[in-house]
Amino acid sequence: MKKLLLSLFVVFLFVIYSLSKNQSLSQSPATPPIAFPSPTADRTNNSSNGNYKNGQYTGDSVDAFYGNVQVQTTVQNGKITDVQFLQYPSDRMTSRMINMQAIPMLKQEVIQAQNANVDIVSGATDTSQAFIQSLTSALNQAK
Amino acid sequence: MKATRILMDMPITVDIVDKTATAKMTDAIFNYFKYIDEKFSPFKPTSELSQINTGRIDKHQWSRDMQMVFKLSLQTKRETNGYFDIRHNDKYNPSGLVKGWAIYNAANLLKKQGVKNFFIDAGGDIQVAGKNHEEKKWRVGIRNPFNRNENIKIIFISHEGVATSGTYIRGQHIYNPHEPHKKINDIVSLTVIAPNIYEADRFVTAAFAMGKKGIEFISELKGFEGYMIDCKGIATFTSGFNKYVKPD
Repeated sequence: MKKLLLSLFVVFLFVIYSLSKNQSLSQSPATPPIAFPSPTADRTNNSSNGNYKNGQYTGDSVDAFYGNVQVQTTVQNGKITDVQFLQYPSDRMTSRMINMQAIPMLKQEVIQAQNANVDIVSGATDTSQAFIQSLTSALNQAK
Repeated sequence: MKATRILMDMPITVDIVDKTATAKMTDAIFNYFKYIDEKFSPFKPTSELSQINTGRIDKHQWSRDMQMVFKLSLQTKRETNGYFDIRHNDKYNPSGLVKGWAIYNAANLLKKQGVKNFFIDAGGDIQVAGKNHEEKKWRVGIRNPFNRNENIKIIFISHEGVATSGTYIRGQHIYNPHEPHKKINDIVSLTVIAPNIYEADRFVTAAFAMGKKGIEFISELKGFEGYMIDCKGIATFTSGFNKYVKPD
């Protein structure tokens, strides 16, 4: 479970990065630099209950071609409890236009777990293949 | 009164809030789904559909329900530029429409008996009516396609239908009729809220086959909202979707 949470975190970063990359591909043949933030800075607390040490970690600010991506994550009892985006690609004109979406009637967001009670659940019954692929690649990078 | 049974290879739940609810009512609903399975199952060799697919029944012998489902399938094919197509490798499989149609009919069976507050959930495709047990709108979670124990959105509805299509780990069960050999990899989940479950189910099937363009298709349908999740965990949703995220 803890591994999954860390993986999700890595996938998050990958998502933001890939999104910028995909958008950039349609705009320009330039190859964006490949780099991933390492959650090592700002370690405030070292007590641990699992694989990951408690505290708040700020990742590197990474150039995602149309802007920088930087996240801050909070670990409690060895689990990632929060991920905040300190920077995301919105500070340059090109990316601001992209973030306003190509199709004006649609909106976008990063999916987020909800804890509130529900009466019914709508959804597919099994984990998606695409996620397994993405997770595997993320785990390889996390090693 | 809430009851669940495994029928058509999926859990089907009927929950009736009204005090007039009886076991007879829920039994009638389950019997209806049993009847649908026996008629339309592509897996049961004895089903009417299988008999059509193996050439054992002529068109003039088809039941009224079978004729209706084929008529609705043809209509849906036209309305989706051919993305909804029940014909694949010279066999018919109308599953992408039958489930929603059956839930819709089952809901009408309850309504005819004066039942006002209920939901019917067949494998994650849902029709609700009225209020829940707390006299509030029904709360429907959209399952996280990356973690089946988690919801990533909660919507509040009182008379709509909700259907979700997704790619499953067992293999992709939806294909694009225009490019049958191309796997649908970019979209992992698409949820559609529609005026009823029949509309939600048939259009979610077609829109999912369209890949990333599917959500645009949904956004052009009046009275429909959609929430699409891609393989990177980014959701794209229609402009009116957020009105369902509020409890009131």
